Amino acid sequence: MELLGLYNYWVFAILLMVGFYAVIAKSNLIKKLLGLSIFQSAVFLLYITMDKVEGGTAPIIQKGATDQIFSNPLPQVLILTAIVVGISTTALGMAIIVRINEAYGTIEEKELQDQNRDP
Amino acid sequence: MTLTDHLPALQVLVPLLTAPLVLLLHVRGLPRLAAIAASLTAFAIAVSLTGIVQTQGSASYEMGSWPAPYGIQLSISPFSTLLLLIVTGSSSLALLAGQDKLRMGPQGEPLFYAAWLLALAGLSGIVVAGDAFNIFVFMEIASLASYVLIAGGVDRRALLAVFKYLVMGTTGATFYLIGIGLIYMMTGTLDLADMETRIADVGELRPILVAAGFVTVGLALKAALFPLHVWLPNTYTYAPHMVTMFLAACSTKVALYVLLRFDFLVFQQNLTAHAVQFSIFLIPLAVFAILVASGVAIGERNIKRMLAYSSISQIGYVLLGASLVSVMGLTAGIVHMFNHALAKGALFLAVACLATRIETVRIENIRGIAKDMPLTMMAFVIAGLSLIGVPGTAGFVSKWYLIGAALDYGALGIVLVAVILVSSLMAVIYIWRFVEAAYFSDRQVPLTASGEAPLSLLAVTWVAVLANIYFGLSSQLPVSLASQAAETLLEHLP
Repeated sequence: MELLGLYNYWVFAILLMVGFYAVIAKSNLIKKLLGLSIFQSAVFLLYITMDKVEGGTAPIIQKGATDQIFSNPLPQVLILTAIVVGISTTALGMAIIVRINEAYGTIEEKELQDQNRDP
Repeated sequence: MTLTDHLPALQVLVPLLTAPLVLLLHVRGLPRLAAIAASLTAFAIAVSLTGIVQTQGSASYEMGSWPAPYGIQLSISPFSTLLLLIVTGSSSLALLAGQDKLRMGPQGEPLFYAAWLLALAGLSGIVVAGDAFNIFVFMEIASLASYVLIAGGVDRRALLAVFKYLVMGTTGATFYLIGIGLIYMMTGTLDLADMETRIADVGELRPILVAAGFVTVGLALKAALFPLHVWLPNTYTYAPHMVTMFLAACSTKVALYVLLRFDFLVFQQNLTAHAVQFSIFLIPLAVFAILVASGVAIGERNIKRMLAYSSISQIGYVLLGASLVSVMGLTAGIVHMFNHALAKGALFLAVACLATRIETVRIENIRGIAKDMPLTMMAFVIAGLSLIGVPGTAGFVSKWYLIGAALDYGALGIVLVAVILVSSLMAVIYIWRFVEAAYFSDRQVPLTASGEAPLSLLAVTWVAVLANIYFGLSSQLPVSLASQAAETLLEHLP
């Protein structure tokens, strides 16, 4: 039961490792970047999980309603910023991959290394 | 409130707000002038903040007048002003020195200099930020902007280097984000000063310990601590010369600054035996960084890559000083940040001078170049001496403190002193190889243009070289700031 109670944290840890594995093991640059993206999304889940208050609703004050329980809005705000950072990183990474493809004609890591060895 | 009270905020805002304006300047040369103006203003702000800190000890600024820990606080301490001087000073010198050839050509100028100012704003933001999440955001602003700057390099290998840097840099930042998430989970705060007191009330310390691990490793990646340094050599080698000079002087040091602030202010007094764990973890890494990177530097034939490996070993010195966990050690480490920035900045500027006359800055091409470019090579030699740590140059001061701190460390200290001396000798070798080639062999490859480097570039290089000598003879400013910083960091240690 205790293990199931930590369900979200398990998903966080597994997603984190899936992403990290792709970053390390994949040789295609786009796949690497996708791995990085999964890696970052796992952290978003960590933040979203920690802000949940049992029985809490969205943190919006309603007229007339008293003693409402709210989820903590701060991690949500933080992670919104982190998502923006993540998107910019992925976009910049994609742009660099496009340039690499223009300059080398390939985005496979091994072929790129071979091309760099010649001079 | 007078203007002086707003200086901590202006330090970030001036470059941040100039960046979008630069995008609109489509007249050739104008973007660089605007960037120079913003960077010099930032430098002036850093200098006046140093003055304020020397009279008042520290300063803080509440964004929008919301009091900390609820509002966002900017904090200025002797440590941060020293870093601000490095960041804004190196940016100003690099911008004044000249213009690089860019991959995208002259049309890319507005974009390039806008990215430059964003990097400057991000790096200064990390330094002044008083809360953990703002540090993350500024770190990403600085990193994303520097990826763009590095990708401006003409060589196509710059793209591969920047992709590797992007992947590793983002991984490091994400580790840091996990770390501060775990701390927030346990303490409910992001303000560094508040964190320090609240962790004391946390019952279950295991998440904090995990957080300490994530934060330390994440920042070590950003700081290119051995063995997490693999992104650095190619990045420095293929970036445009001025970008290399700017980033080599400050970006890794800013990551180290955050690392030290976290480990000493937040974790140290709250985790049992953190000081010991910190030393046991970092001393071996620092020693390996110093020896292995110096060894690799000896075999390098490209000056920029040689200097990049030397940077990795110098990061080892800074961490070695810090991991001794003593006032003297930390002072040495922090002064070395400043002095290494001076020496490496001057060396990379000298390399930029050389690069105006030869195709690639490899050892084959610089043979006999001292006859054609005596002033450049003299600057290279003096800055090299400062890197090695010869008395009379800035590098000597920090190595002197470092050896003093190592001797105080006990039996292991003797070994550390030996490591420092051996690596200084290795530095003599890797600098000497290029000096020998330039002075004592004959030219085989013709120069692309004859004579000395352009005057503005040469003048800036010599300003940096003279700064090395000045701070070698009168080291009072960096040392006093660094020792105050070290005392603040160690204040709460039992």
